[in-house]
Amino acid sequence: MSDARAQILSRIREGLADVPAGERPEDVPVPRDYRREGHADSARLTSELLERLAEYGAVARVVAARELAQAIAGFCDLHGLRRLAAPPALVRRLHVDGVHLVADEGLSIAEIDTIGAAITGCSVAIAQTGTVVLDGSELCGRRALSLVVDHHLCLLGSDQVVELVPEAFDRLAGAIESRRPITMISGPSATSDIELRRVQGLHGPRKLAVFVLEGA
Amino acid sequence: MSGPDGEPFGGAWLGESPGHGPLTADGDFRERASAALSDSQLRHNLAFATRAIRVKRAAAVGELPDWEQLREAGRAIKERTLRHLDRHLIALEESVVRAGGVVHWARDGQEANRTIQELVAAAGASEVIKAKSLTTEEIALNEALAHLGVRAWETDLAQLIVQLGQDTPSHILVPAIHRNRAEIRSLLMRTLDSVPADLSDDPAELVEVVRTNLRERLLSTSVGISGVNFAVAETGTVVLVESEGNARMCTTLPDVLISVMGIEKVIPTRQDLEVYLQLLPRSSTAERMNPYTSLWSGVSDGDGPREFHLVLLDNGRTSALADQIGRQALSCIRCSACLNVCPVYERTGGHAYGSVYPGPIGAVLTPMLAGLDAAGSLPYASSLCGACYEVCPVKIDIPKLLVHLRAAEVEHRPAQRPLRHAAGRQAMKAVAFMLARRRLYELAQRLARLAQRPLARGGRIRRLPGPLAGWTATRDLQELPQETFREWWRRREAP
Repeated sequence: MSDARAQILSRIREGLADVPAGERPEDVPVPRDYRREGHADSARLTSELLERLAEYGAVARVVAARELAQAIAGFCDLHGLRRLAAPPALVRRLHVDGVHLVADEGLSIAEIDTIGAAITGCSVAIAQTGTVVLDGSELCGRRALSLVVDHHLCLLGSDQVVELVPEAFDRLAGAIESRRPITMISGPSATSDIELRRVQGLHGPRKLAVFVLEGA
Repeated sequence: MSGPDGEPFGGAWLGESPGHGPLTADGDFRERASAALSDSQLRHNLAFATRAIRVKRAAAVGELPDWEQLREAGRAIKERTLRHLDRHLIALEESVVRAGGVVHWARDGQEANRTIQELVAAAGASEVIKAKSLTTEEIALNEALAHLGVRAWETDLAQLIVQLGQDTPSHILVPAIHRNRAEIRSLLMRTLDSVPADLSDDPAELVEVVRTNLRERLLSTSVGISGVNFAVAETGTVVLVESEGNARMCTTLPDVLISVMGIEKVIPTRQDLEVYLQLLPRSSTAERMNPYTSLWSGVSDGDGPREFHLVLLDNGRTSALADQIGRQALSCIRCSACLNVCPVYERTGGHAYGSVYPGPIGAVLTPMLAGLDAAGSLPYASSLCGACYEVCPVKIDIPKLLVHLRAAEVEHRPAQRPLRHAAGRQAMKAVAFMLARRRLYELAQRLARLAQRPLARGGRIRRLPGPLAGWTATRDLQELPQETFREWWRRREAP
């Protein structure tokens, strides 16, 4: 195996004989003239995010912070859900009448599947692309939690919304450097493999709901 | 070229051929294309699909005021990466290992398959779940695992359709594009368990059947295999882009994850992701963002697989790298925009290229990876219209590469068809001689006017004789005018 490594590296170097010996990667110019900073108008960002998510078939709305429990209860009622799996840190901060929040403390995959619905926080959201990003932090929870269930309810504050992809990656720098697993979600699962017609609900939650909290 | 032990190094530049495989189907593009052209169902499916996606893509790309700046950054980052590929791969390896992953290097497909077979055996698994990966197609991994008695389940809908139909993919992004809904329905009914007898061909119903059928397997298989879209050298972050959720399942739920990547997929820093995660979704599926993108680094306690293996694959990439002009083809991010815009691909479909990499990018990448012996007809599978270059999100100058490879192929020919090559060379010399001398050129024009008389009818020449017949087999020539421009000018100038 180390033979393979040595040979591949040696072939690469031979193939790059035309590159001057003193050149370093940073010497190859990379122009970053694309947009790196978007606008910061919070109300506009939120409405763009909600619009884009709705286009993907997600349920997305603004919820006043003091009405959060009610909104969650309403969502669960609508879908006949009695239980929501959640990261332990989120369970500690929420109480919803009529809904049992099950802390994900070593739940098995089968258990998550049976519960069938999860509520998580969010790290950052991208308005331009309608994306919510989970970064494995304590409010987002582990990946299986928001993957195996059929209903995923995602909570975020309006200050977590940025306009552009580069801005989101700036905010995710810490998570990436800490090597936490990250999932970028833009709508429920879909496929266009049959005659290029987009059909939803393959694997992954078929119902995605996003609540943007205001006045927290 | 081969390594010091004389071992084949998967895909020489000129000459050596690794034999038949995913990059080297039998025959010649023209033969396969002829056959494909007469398949009207295929042509209908392709025309519909490629037109639809071209329109959508133009809208998605048109939304961004900084698309051209992103393209330039995308091109430049790949250039920076490729010019220092060894450094970046070493940094990637260090980062992945530090994050708890294991890195394996494979000189060719066979070595990669052996490595993966060993890992699967060590995990004691008889089944694996796979997220779609062209790289694993390239090395025929599923077949290699089957030899061990290991069943590899494709979990991506189109790949599953291809697998169940015992077919081969015909498009980079939408591999089953050559199948319509009726064909898919009958395929599922034939091959899957517990499919309702009254299943319609409505795509939503077809999707539901597949979901139910795959779910149990996705939730309980202990080994997952995936490809890689990007791998960040700085942090060891592996990035996988998808729509359905099956890749998330394959990379999160099993105990052991094996990801296979071509060595050209590495990018220097995490900041570079902000460019590619804008270029790829809009250029491929014409979306602002694809449904799911997963980023992970090594292993994470309590979240995902407890073992992560990254297989770095050469398989001819170092040969492509050594070609200073050809090297840019390694920038490809597999968006398939070039396929969808190519007039040739639209008419022949992917199977005519005989490679897992079809279309314009396939026409240049395949011969560079697999050698001209195996794929020498592919650089000719083009009208050089240049549409591919215009849409490429990382600005690969495909027309330039096609011409470059055609020149290489012509140089390569003496080995294969010495007489024809010698005759061609002589003819070219004669033409060059004539074109460099004005009087000879003008004499040639007068002679041509004479010579065409028996051939021209109604202003057109429909058939040229002898060795020139190939030119008029698929096109008509216009008759030469009675007076050349210079003759007309001279006549006009005279008082």
